[in-house]
Amino acid sequence: MFNFGIWTSEFNNWLLGLGIADWLVVLIECVIIAVLVLGTYTVLALFYILYERKLCAWFQCRLGPMRVGKWGVMQVFADMFKILVKELICLKNTDRFLFKLAPYLVIISSVTMLACLPWGRGLQIIDYNIGIFFILAVSSVGVLGILLAGWASNNKYTLIGAMRSGAQMISYEISLGLAIITIVVFAGTMNITELVWAQEKTWFIFRGHIPAIIAFLIYVVAATAETNRGPFDLPEAEHELTAGYHTEYSGIHFGFFYLAEYLNLFIVSGIASLMFLGGWMPLHIPGWGGFNAVMDYIPSVVWFLGKAFFISYVIIWFKWTFPRVRIDQMLAFEWKYLMPLSLANLLLMAVFVALGWHF
Amino acid sequence: MNLLLEISNGVLAITAVVTGAVLVFAALLIARLISPKSFSVKKSEPYECGIPTRGQSMIQFKAGYYIFAILFLIFDVETVFLYPWAVKMNALGPSGLLCIGIFMFILIVGLAYAWRKGALKWT
Repeated sequence: MFNFGIWTSEFNNWLLGLGIADWLVVLIECVIIAVLVLGTYTVLALFYILYERKLCAWFQCRLGPMRVGKWGVMQVFADMFKILVKELICLKNTDRFLFKLAPYLVIISSVTMLACLPWGRGLQIIDYNIGIFFILAVSSVGVLGILLAGWASNNKYTLIGAMRSGAQMISYEISLGLAIITIVVFAGTMNITELVWAQEKTWFIFRGHIPAIIAFLIYVVAATAETNRGPFDLPEAEHELTAGYHTEYSGIHFGFFYLAEYLNLFIVSGIASLMFLGGWMPLHIPGWGGFNAVMDYIPSVVWFLGKAFFISYVIIWFKWTFPRVRIDQMLAFEWKYLMPLSLANLLLMAVFVALGWHF
Repeated sequence: MNLLLEISNGVLAITAVVTGAVLVFAALLIARLISPKSFSVKKSEPYECGIPTRGQSMIQFKAGYYIFAILFLIFDVETVFLYPWAVKMNALGPSGLLCIGIFMFILIVGLAYAWRKGALKWT
Protein backbone atom coordinates (compact mmCIF):
# COMPACT_ATOMS: atom_id res chain seq x y z
CA MET A 1 0.00 0.00 0.00
CA PHE A 2 1.34 3.41 -0.89
CA ASN A 3 1.79 5.60 2.18
CA PHE A 4 0.76 9.19 1.49
CA GLY A 5 2.59 10.13 4.67
CA ILE A 6 5.85 9.92 2.66
CA TRP A 7 4.74 12.88 0.55
CA THR A 8 3.57 14.95 3.47
CA SER A 9 6.67 14.32 5.60
CA GLU A 10 8.88 15.04 2.58
CA PHE A 11 7.03 18.31 2.04
CA ASN A 12 7.35 19.14 5.74
CA ASN A 13 11.10 18.50 5.69
CA TRP A 14 11.46 20.64 2.58
CA LEU A 15 9.59 23.52 4.22
CA LEU A 16 11.67 23.22 7.40
CA GLY A 17 14.81 23.14 5.29
CA LEU A 18 14.02 26.56 3.81
CA GLY A 19 14.98 28.13 7.12
CA ILE A 20 11.71 29.92 7.90
CA ALA A 21 10.26 30.20 11.39
CA ASP A 22 8.52 27.15 12.81
CA TRP A 23 5.18 28.89 13.37
CA LEU A 24 5.23 30.05 9.75
CA VAL A 25 5.73 26.45 8.58
CA VAL A 26 2.74 25.37 10.67
CA LEU A 27 0.70 28.25 9.28
CA ILE A 28 1.55 27.42 5.66
CA GLU A 29 0.71 23.76 6.20
CA CYS A 30 -2.57 24.64 7.92
CA VAL A 31 -3.56 26.91 5.00
CA ILE A 32 -2.76 24.12 2.50
CA ILE A 33 -4.81 21.65 4.56
CA ALA A 34 -7.68 24.12 4.75
CA VAL A 35 -7.68 24.65 0.97
CA LEU A 36 -7.59 20.89 0.33
CA VAL A 37 -10.43 20.27 2.80
CA LEU A 38 -12.52 23.03 1.23
CA GLY A 39 -11.92 21.61 -2.25
CA THR A 40 -12.79 18.08 -1.16
CA TYR A 41 -15.88 19.31 0.66
CA THR A 42 -17.31 21.16 -2.33
CA VAL A 43 -16.42 18.50 -4.91
CA LEU A 44 -17.88 15.73 -2.74
CA ALA A 45 -21.08 17.66 -2.04
CA LEU A 46 -21.57 18.39 -5.75
CA PHE A 47 -20.81 14.77 -6.61
CA TYR A 48 -23.31 13.56 -4.04
CA ILE A 49 -26.09 15.81 -5.32
CA LEU A 50 -25.62 14.36 -8.82
CA TYR A 51 -25.25 10.83 -7.40
CA GLU A 52 -28.55 11.03 -5.54
CA ARG A 53 -30.41 12.64 -8.45
CA LYS A 54 -29.15 10.07 -10.93
CA LEU A 55 -29.80 7.14 -8.60
CA CYS A 56 -33.31 8.26 -7.71
CA ALA A 57 -34.04 8.70 -11.40
CA TRP A 58 -32.80 5.19 -12.17
CA PHE A 59 -34.83 3.69 -9.33
CA GLN A 60 -37.91 5.28 -10.87
CA CYS A 61 -37.03 4.28 -14.46
CA ARG A 62 -36.20 7.87 -15.45
CA LEU A 63 -33.01 9.34 -16.88
CA GLY A 64 -32.46 12.15 -14.39
CA PRO A 65 -30.69 15.37 -15.40
CA MET A 66 -29.47 14.96 -19.00
CA ARG A 67 -29.45 18.40 -20.62
CA VAL A 68 -26.56 20.32 -19.06
CA GLY A 69 -23.25 18.76 -20.07
CA LYS A 70 -22.64 15.11 -20.85
CA TRP A 71 -25.22 13.00 -18.93
CA GLY A 72 -26.17 16.13 -17.00
CA VAL A 73 -22.86 16.31 -15.16
CA MET A 74 -22.82 20.11 -15.26
CA GLN A 75 -26.33 20.35 -13.82
CA VAL A 76 -25.08 20.55 -10.22
CA PHE A 77 -22.67 23.35 -11.08
CA ALA A 78 -25.47 25.25 -12.78
CA ASP A 79 -27.72 24.71 -9.76
CA MET A 80 -25.06 25.85 -7.31
CA PHE A 81 -24.36 28.97 -9.38
CA LYS A 82 -28.07 29.72 -9.54
CA ILE A 83 -28.33 29.38 -5.77
CA LEU A 84 -25.38 31.74 -5.38
CA VAL A 85 -26.99 34.56 -7.37
CA LYS A 86 -30.36 34.33 -5.60
CA GLU A 87 -31.39 37.09 -3.24
CA LEU A 88 -30.80 36.54 0.48
CA ILE A 89 -34.06 37.29 2.27
CA CYS A 90 -34.26 37.84 6.00
CA LEU A 91 -37.88 37.96 7.14
CA LYS A 92 -39.32 40.41 9.60
CA ASN A 93 -39.44 39.32 13.25
CA THR A 94 -36.73 36.69 12.76
CA ASP A 95 -34.00 36.42 15.34
CA ARG A 96 -31.33 37.68 12.97
CA PHE A 97 -28.29 36.61 14.97
CA LEU A 98 -29.47 33.02 15.45
CA PHE A 99 -30.80 32.92 11.88
CA LYS A 100 -27.34 33.71 10.54
CA LEU A 101 -25.49 31.58 13.10
CA ALA A 102 -27.33 28.35 12.20
CA PRO A 103 -25.61 27.69 8.81
CA TYR A 104 -22.22 28.25 10.44
CA LEU A 105 -22.87 25.53 13.04
CA VAL A 106 -24.16 23.06 10.45
CA ILE A 107 -21.24 23.58 8.05
CA ILE A 108 -18.53 23.70 10.74
CA SER A 109 -19.69 20.42 12.24
CA SER A 110 -19.64 18.64 8.88
CA VAL A 111 -16.25 20.08 7.85
CA THR A 112 -14.69 19.01 11.16
CA MET A 113 -16.10 15.50 10.83
CA LEU A 114 -14.77 15.32 7.27
CA ALA A 115 -11.29 16.18 8.57
CA CYS A 116 -11.40 13.23 11.01
CA LEU A 117 -12.09 10.53 8.43
CA PRO A 118 -9.27 8.22 7.29
CA TRP A 119 -9.06 8.95 3.58
CA GLY A 120 -6.18 6.65 2.87
CA ARG A 121 -2.90 5.47 4.27
CA GLY A 122 -1.30 8.57 5.79
CA LEU A 123 -4.21 10.73 4.66
CA GLN A 124 -6.01 11.69 7.83
CA ILE A 125 -5.99 15.16 9.25
CA ILE A 126 -7.28 15.19 12.83
CA ASP A 127 -6.15 12.06 14.66
CA TYR A 128 -7.10 12.24 18.34
CA ASN A 129 -6.69 9.17 20.52
CA ILE A 130 -10.46 9.49 21.15
CA GLY A 131 -11.10 9.94 17.42
CA ILE A 132 -14.45 8.22 16.98
CA PHE A 133 -15.82 9.81 20.16
CA PHE A 134 -14.71 13.21 18.86
CA ILE A 135 -16.62 12.61 15.61
CA LEU A 136 -19.80 11.75 17.53
CA ALA A 137 -19.40 14.82 19.76
CA VAL A 138 -18.96 17.11 16.76
CA SER A 139 -21.95 15.57 14.99
CA SER A 140 -24.16 16.71 17.89
CA VAL A 141 -23.32 20.35 17.08
CA GLY A 142 -25.09 19.94 13.73
CA VAL A 143 -28.38 19.17 15.54
CA LEU A 144 -27.99 22.46 17.38
CA GLY A 145 -27.70 24.32 14.08
CA ILE A 146 -30.88 22.70 12.77
CA LEU A 147 -32.81 23.54 15.96
CA LEU A 148 -31.59 27.14 15.83
CA ALA A 149 -32.55 27.43 12.16
CA GLY A 150 -36.09 26.29 12.86
CA TRP A 151 -36.53 28.40 15.97
CA ALA A 152 -35.05 31.61 14.58
CA SER A 153 -37.09 31.57 11.36
CA ASN A 154 -40.27 32.77 13.07
CA ASN A 155 -42.45 30.34 11.17
CA LYS A 156 -44.61 27.65 12.71
CA TYR A 157 -43.71 25.07 10.07
CA THR A 158 -39.99 25.53 10.53
CA LEU A 159 -40.44 25.26 14.29
CA ILE A 160 -42.30 21.95 13.97
CA GLY A 161 -39.75 20.73 11.40
CA ALA A 162 -36.85 21.61 13.67
CA MET A 163 -38.46 19.98 16.71
CA ARG A 164 -39.13 16.78 14.76
CA SER A 165 -35.63 16.84 13.40
CA GLY A 166 -34.18 17.39 16.86
CA ALA A 167 -36.26 14.61 18.44
CA GLN A 168 -35.33 12.23 15.65
CA MET A 169 -31.62 13.00 15.60
CA ILE A 170 -31.12 12.84 19.34
CA SER A 171 -33.13 9.61 19.60
CA TYR A 172 -31.22 7.80 16.89
CA GLU A 173 -27.90 9.17 18.12
CA ILE A 174 -28.15 6.72 21.03
CA SER A 175 -28.42 3.65 18.80
CA LEU A 176 -25.68 5.05 16.59
CA GLY A 177 -23.40 5.54 19.60
CA LEU A 178 -24.17 2.07 20.99
CA ALA A 179 -23.45 0.42 17.63
CA ILE A 180 -20.10 2.21 17.57
CA ILE A 181 -19.36 1.22 21.20
CA THR A 182 -19.97 -2.40 20.19
CA ILE A 183 -17.03 -2.12 17.81
CA VAL A 184 -14.95 -0.14 20.32
CA VAL A 185 -15.42 -3.00 22.81
CA PHE A 186 -14.15 -5.37 20.15
CA ALA A 187 -11.20 -3.23 19.03
CA GLY A 188 -10.28 -1.86 22.46
CA THR A 189 -9.37 1.54 21.04
CA MET A 190 -11.01 4.74 19.87
CA ASN A 191 -8.08 5.99 17.79
CA ILE A 192 -9.07 5.96 14.12
CA THR A 193 -5.62 4.91 12.87
CA GLU A 194 -5.53 1.98 15.28
CA LEU A 195 -9.10 1.05 14.36
CA VAL A 196 -8.10 0.82 10.71
CA TRP A 197 -4.90 -1.12 11.42
CA ALA A 198 -6.79 -3.57 13.65
CA GLN A 199 -8.71 -4.60 10.50
CA GLU A 200 -5.60 -5.51 8.53
CA LYS A 201 -6.29 -9.26 8.54
CA THR A 202 -10.04 -9.03 7.98
CA TRP A 203 -12.66 -6.37 8.51
CA PHE A 204 -14.50 -6.04 11.82
CA ILE A 205 -17.80 -7.13 10.28
CA PHE A 206 -16.22 -10.54 9.51
CA ARG A 207 -14.00 -10.75 12.60
CA GLY A 208 -16.85 -10.00 15.02
CA HIS A 209 -19.39 -12.07 13.04
CA ILE A 210 -22.90 -12.15 14.69
CA PRO A 211 -22.74 -9.10 17.03
CA ALA A 212 -20.77 -7.07 14.48
CA ILE A 213 -23.29 -7.77 11.74
CA ILE A 214 -26.19 -6.83 14.05
CA ALA A 215 -24.32 -3.66 15.01
CA PHE A 216 -23.78 -2.87 11.33
CA LEU A 217 -27.49 -3.21 10.56
CA ILE A 218 -28.38 -1.05 13.58
CA TYR A 219 -25.80 1.50 12.48
CA VAL A 220 -27.16 1.74 8.93
CA VAL A 221 -30.74 2.22 10.15
CA ALA A 222 -29.68 4.80 12.76
CA ALA A 223 -27.48 6.60 10.22
CA THR A 224 -30.40 6.85 7.79
CA ALA A 225 -32.46 8.49 10.52
CA GLU A 226 -29.55 10.63 11.70
CA THR A 227 -29.16 12.22 8.27
CA ASN A 228 -32.93 12.85 8.03
CA ARG A 229 -33.24 10.64 5.00
CA GLY A 230 -35.07 7.70 3.62
CA PRO A 231 -38.21 6.57 5.36
CA PHE A 232 -37.28 8.89 8.24
CA ASP A 233 -37.43 12.20 6.36
CA LEU A 234 -40.22 13.59 8.55
CA PRO A 235 -38.51 16.94 9.17
CA GLU A 236 -38.82 17.62 5.46
CA ALA A 237 -42.20 16.05 4.84
CA GLU A 238 -43.14 18.29 1.91
CA HIS A 239 -46.89 17.84 2.06
CA GLU A 240 -47.05 18.73 5.75
CA LEU A 241 -44.25 21.17 6.45
CA THR A 242 -43.29 22.81 3.11
CA ALA A 243 -39.55 22.15 3.46
CA GLY A 244 -39.04 21.64 7.17
CA TYR A 245 -36.52 23.65 9.16
CA HIS A 246 -35.01 25.48 6.16
CA THR A 247 -38.26 26.77 4.64
CA GLU A 248 -37.39 30.42 5.27
CA TYR A 249 -33.79 30.24 4.10
CA SER A 250 -33.17 31.52 0.61
CA GLY A 251 -30.26 31.57 -1.82
CA ILE A 252 -26.91 30.37 -0.56
CA HIS A 253 -28.24 30.25 3.02
CA PHE A 254 -30.40 27.35 1.89
CA GLY A 255 -27.47 26.00 -0.11
CA PHE A 256 -25.47 25.51 3.11
CA PHE A 257 -28.10 23.22 4.59
CA TYR A 258 -28.31 21.40 1.29
CA LEU A 259 -24.53 20.89 1.11
CA ALA A 260 -24.31 19.82 4.75
CA GLU A 261 -27.12 17.30 4.27
CA TYR A 262 -25.27 15.55 1.45
CA LEU A 263 -21.94 15.77 3.22
CA ASN A 264 -23.49 14.20 6.31
CA LEU A 265 -24.63 11.33 4.12
CA PHE A 266 -21.03 10.85 3.02
CA ILE A 267 -19.74 11.17 6.58
CA VAL A 268 -22.06 8.55 8.08
CA SER A 269 -21.13 6.23 5.20
CA GLY A 270 -17.46 6.98 5.85
CA ILE A 271 -17.83 6.14 9.55
CA ALA A 272 -19.65 2.91 8.64
CA SER A 273 -16.81 1.94 6.34
CA LEU A 274 -14.28 2.87 9.03
CA MET A 275 -15.97 0.97 11.86
CA PHE A 276 -17.23 -2.10 10.02
CA LEU A 277 -15.69 -2.40 6.57
CA GLY A 278 -12.07 -1.61 7.34
CA GLY A 279 -11.74 2.08 6.43
CA TRP A 280 -9.12 2.32 3.70
CA MET A 281 -7.90 -1.24 4.39
CA PRO A 282 -8.22 -3.57 1.37
CA LEU A 283 -10.19 -6.79 1.54
CA HIS A 284 -7.85 -9.38 3.05
CA ILE A 285 -8.68 -13.04 3.50
CA PRO A 286 -6.30 -14.83 5.91
CA GLY A 287 -4.31 -17.51 4.11
CA TRP A 288 -4.97 -16.21 0.60
CA GLY A 289 -1.57 -14.57 0.05
CA GLY A 290 -1.91 -14.01 -3.70
CA PHE A 291 -5.41 -12.55 -3.41
CA ASN A 292 -4.29 -10.18 -0.64
CA ALA A 293 -1.31 -9.01 -2.69
CA VAL A 294 -3.58 -8.22 -5.66
CA MET A 295 -5.98 -6.31 -3.39
CA ASP A 296 -3.03 -4.28 -2.06
CA TYR A 297 -2.43 -2.86 -5.54
CA ILE A 298 -5.71 -0.93 -5.44
CA PRO A 299 -4.95 2.47 -3.82
CA SER A 300 -6.25 3.03 -0.30
CA VAL A 301 -8.24 6.14 -1.31
CA VAL A 302 -10.17 4.08 -3.84
CA TRP A 303 -11.02 1.53 -1.18
CA PHE A 304 -12.28 4.13 1.27
CA LEU A 305 -14.33 6.06 -1.29
CA GLY A 306 -15.68 2.87 -2.84
CA LYS A 307 -16.98 1.58 0.49
CA ALA A 308 -18.42 4.96 1.44
CA PHE A 309 -20.19 5.32 -1.93
CA PHE A 310 -21.55 1.80 -1.63
CA ILE A 311 -23.10 2.48 1.78
CA SER A 312 -24.49 5.79 0.50
CA TYR A 313 -26.00 3.85 -2.38
CA VAL A 314 -27.78 1.57 0.08
CA ILE A 315 -29.06 4.54 2.11
CA ILE A 316 -30.34 6.28 -1.05
CA TRP A 317 -31.94 2.99 -2.08
CA PHE A 318 -33.84 2.96 1.25
CA LYS A 319 -35.15 6.43 0.54
CA TRP A 320 -36.70 5.48 -2.78
CA THR A 321 -38.01 2.11 -1.61
CA PHE A 322 -39.76 2.60 1.74
CA PRO A 323 -42.72 4.91 2.37
CA ARG A 324 -42.31 7.62 4.99
CA VAL A 325 -43.14 6.63 8.57
CA ARG A 326 -45.17 8.66 11.07
CA ILE A 327 -43.45 10.41 13.95
CA ASP A 328 -44.93 8.13 16.60
CA GLN A 329 -43.88 5.05 14.62
CA MET A 330 -40.41 6.47 14.22
CA LEU A 331 -39.89 7.28 17.91
CA ALA A 332 -41.44 3.99 19.01
CA PHE A 333 -39.16 2.10 16.64
CA GLU A 334 -36.09 3.70 18.18
CA TRP A 335 -37.02 3.55 21.85
CA LYS A 336 -38.91 0.25 21.94
CA TYR A 337 -36.96 -1.86 19.45
CA LEU A 338 -33.69 -0.42 18.22
CA MET A 339 -32.25 0.82 21.51
CA PRO A 340 -32.99 -2.28 23.66
CA LEU A 341 -31.65 -4.37 20.77
CA SER A 342 -28.43 -2.36 20.58
CA LEU A 343 -27.95 -2.57 24.38
CA ALA A 344 -28.43 -6.35 24.24
CA ASN A 345 -26.08 -6.53 21.27
CA LEU A 346 -23.43 -4.59 23.20
CA LEU A 347 -23.60 -7.10 26.07
CA LEU A 348 -23.48 -9.95 23.56
CA MET A 349 -20.34 -8.49 22.02
CA ALA A 350 -18.80 -8.02 25.49
CA VAL A 351 -19.44 -11.69 26.28
CA PHE A 352 -18.05 -12.78 22.89
CA VAL A 353 -14.89 -10.75 23.44
CA ALA A 354 -14.50 -11.99 27.04
CA LEU A 355 -14.82 -15.62 25.92
CA GLY A 356 -12.75 -15.12 22.79
CA TRP A 357 -15.47 -16.23 20.38
CA HIS A 358 -14.21 -14.19 17.47
CA PHE A 359 -11.65 -14.41 14.70
CA MET B 1 -0.17 12.10 14.06
CA ASN B 2 -1.16 10.60 10.77
CA LEU B 3 -0.22 13.28 8.26
CA LEU B 4 3.36 13.26 9.65
CA LEU B 5 3.38 17.05 9.67
CA GLU B 6 4.31 17.73 13.31
CA ILE B 7 1.19 19.82 13.90
CA SER B 8 -0.76 19.13 17.07
CA ASN B 9 -4.32 17.83 16.80
CA GLY B 10 -5.68 20.90 18.56
CA VAL B 11 -4.26 23.20 15.87
CA LEU B 12 -5.69 20.94 13.16
CA ALA B 13 -9.12 20.88 14.79
CA ILE B 14 -9.07 24.68 15.01
CA THR B 15 -8.02 24.77 11.33
CA ALA B 16 -11.02 22.62 10.42
CA VAL B 17 -13.40 24.84 12.40
CA VAL B 18 -11.95 28.00 10.83
CA THR B 19 -12.19 26.37 7.37
CA GLY B 20 -15.90 25.76 7.86
CA ALA B 21 -16.47 29.32 9.08
CA VAL B 22 -14.47 30.73 6.16
CA LEU B 23 -16.49 28.65 3.67
CA VAL B 24 -19.77 30.07 4.98
CA PHE B 25 -18.43 33.60 5.29
CA ALA B 26 -16.83 33.68 1.82
CA ALA B 27 -19.88 32.20 0.09
CA LEU B 28 -22.15 34.70 1.86
CA LEU B 29 -19.84 37.56 0.85
CA ILE B 30 -19.90 36.49 -2.81
CA ALA B 31 -23.68 36.09 -2.69
CA ARG B 32 -24.04 39.58 -1.17
CA LEU B 33 -21.94 41.06 -3.96
CA ILE B 34 -23.65 39.41 -6.94
CA SER B 35 -27.22 38.79 -5.79
CA PRO B 36 -30.00 41.29 -6.47
CA LYS B 37 -31.63 43.20 -3.64
CA SER B 38 -35.20 44.39 -3.43
CA PHE B 39 -37.61 44.97 -0.62
CA SER B 40 -41.34 44.52 -0.30
CA VAL B 41 -43.57 44.03 2.72
CA LYS B 42 -45.18 40.91 1.31
CA LYS B 43 -41.83 39.24 0.72
CA SER B 44 -40.81 39.51 4.35
CA GLU B 45 -43.90 37.66 5.54
CA PRO B 46 -43.32 34.09 6.76
CA TYR B 47 -44.37 31.42 4.26
CA GLU B 48 -47.19 29.44 5.79
CA CYS B 49 -49.03 28.08 2.75
CA GLY B 50 -50.04 31.53 1.56
CA ILE B 51 -52.33 32.15 4.52
CA PRO B 52 -51.49 35.28 6.56
CA THR B 53 -49.70 34.17 9.70
CA ARG B 54 -51.58 34.56 12.98
CA GLY B 55 -49.93 35.56 16.23
CA GLN B 56 -46.45 34.78 17.44
CA SER B 57 -44.47 31.91 15.99
CA MET B 58 -42.01 31.39 18.86
CA ILE B 59 -44.70 29.76 20.95
CA GLN B 60 -45.25 26.91 23.35
CA PHE B 61 -45.41 23.61 21.56
CA LYS B 62 -45.93 19.93 22.19
CA ALA B 63 -44.44 18.74 25.46
CA GLY B 64 -43.81 15.27 24.02
CA TYR B 65 -40.56 16.47 22.48
CA TYR B 66 -39.24 17.41 25.94
CA ILE B 67 -39.93 13.95 27.36
CA PHE B 68 -37.83 12.41 24.60
CA ALA B 69 -35.14 15.02 25.16
CA ILE B 70 -34.98 14.13 28.88
CA LEU B 71 -34.82 10.40 28.08
CA PHE B 72 -32.11 11.13 25.54
CA LEU B 73 -30.09 12.99 28.17
CA ILE B 74 -30.11 9.96 30.48
CA PHE B 75 -29.10 7.48 27.79
CA ASP B 76 -26.58 9.77 26.18
CA VAL B 77 -24.77 10.20 29.48
CA GLU B 78 -24.90 6.42 29.80
CA THR B 79 -23.21 6.12 26.41
CA VAL B 80 -20.50 8.54 27.55
CA PHE B 81 -19.89 6.36 30.62
CA LEU B 82 -19.72 3.23 28.47
CA TYR B 83 -16.87 4.50 26.27
CA PRO B 84 -14.06 4.29 28.89
CA TRP B 85 -15.20 0.80 29.85
CA ALA B 86 -15.35 -0.20 26.18
CA VAL B 87 -11.73 0.78 25.62
CA LYS B 88 -10.44 -1.00 28.74
CA MET B 89 -12.84 -3.95 28.52
CA ASN B 90 -10.13 -6.63 28.29
CA ALA B 91 -8.01 -5.15 31.08
CA LEU B 92 -10.98 -4.91 33.46
CA GLY B 93 -11.98 -8.52 32.89
CA PRO B 94 -15.06 -10.32 34.26
CA SER B 95 -15.55 -7.95 37.23
CA GLY B 96 -15.75 -4.99 34.86
CA LEU B 97 -18.27 -6.87 32.74
CA LEU B 98 -20.35 -7.61 35.82
CA CYS B 99 -20.26 -3.97 36.96
CA ILE B 100 -21.28 -2.65 33.54
CA GLY B 101 -24.00 -5.30 33.42
CA ILE B 102 -25.44 -3.98 36.70
CA PHE B 103 -25.10 -0.38 35.42
CA MET B 104 -26.97 -1.22 32.23
CA PHE B 105 -29.57 -3.24 34.15
CA ILE B 106 -30.43 -0.18 36.28
CA LEU B 107 -30.81 1.92 33.12
CA ILE B 108 -32.94 -0.71 31.40
CA VAL B 109 -35.19 -0.79 34.48
CA GLY B 110 -35.46 2.99 34.10
CA LEU B 111 -36.42 2.61 30.46
CA ALA B 112 -38.97 -0.05 31.36
CA TYR B 113 -40.45 2.31 33.98
CA ALA B 114 -40.70 5.15 31.44
CA TRP B 115 -42.26 2.75 28.94
CA ARG B 116 -44.79 1.50 31.52
CA LYS B 117 -45.69 5.06 32.52
CA GLY B 118 -46.46 5.81 28.87
CA ALA B 119 -43.62 8.27 28.30
CA LEU B 120 -42.77 6.56 25.02
CA LYS B 121 -46.33 6.90 23.73
CA TRP B 122 -46.85 9.73 21.28
CA THR B 123 -50.27 11.25 21.92
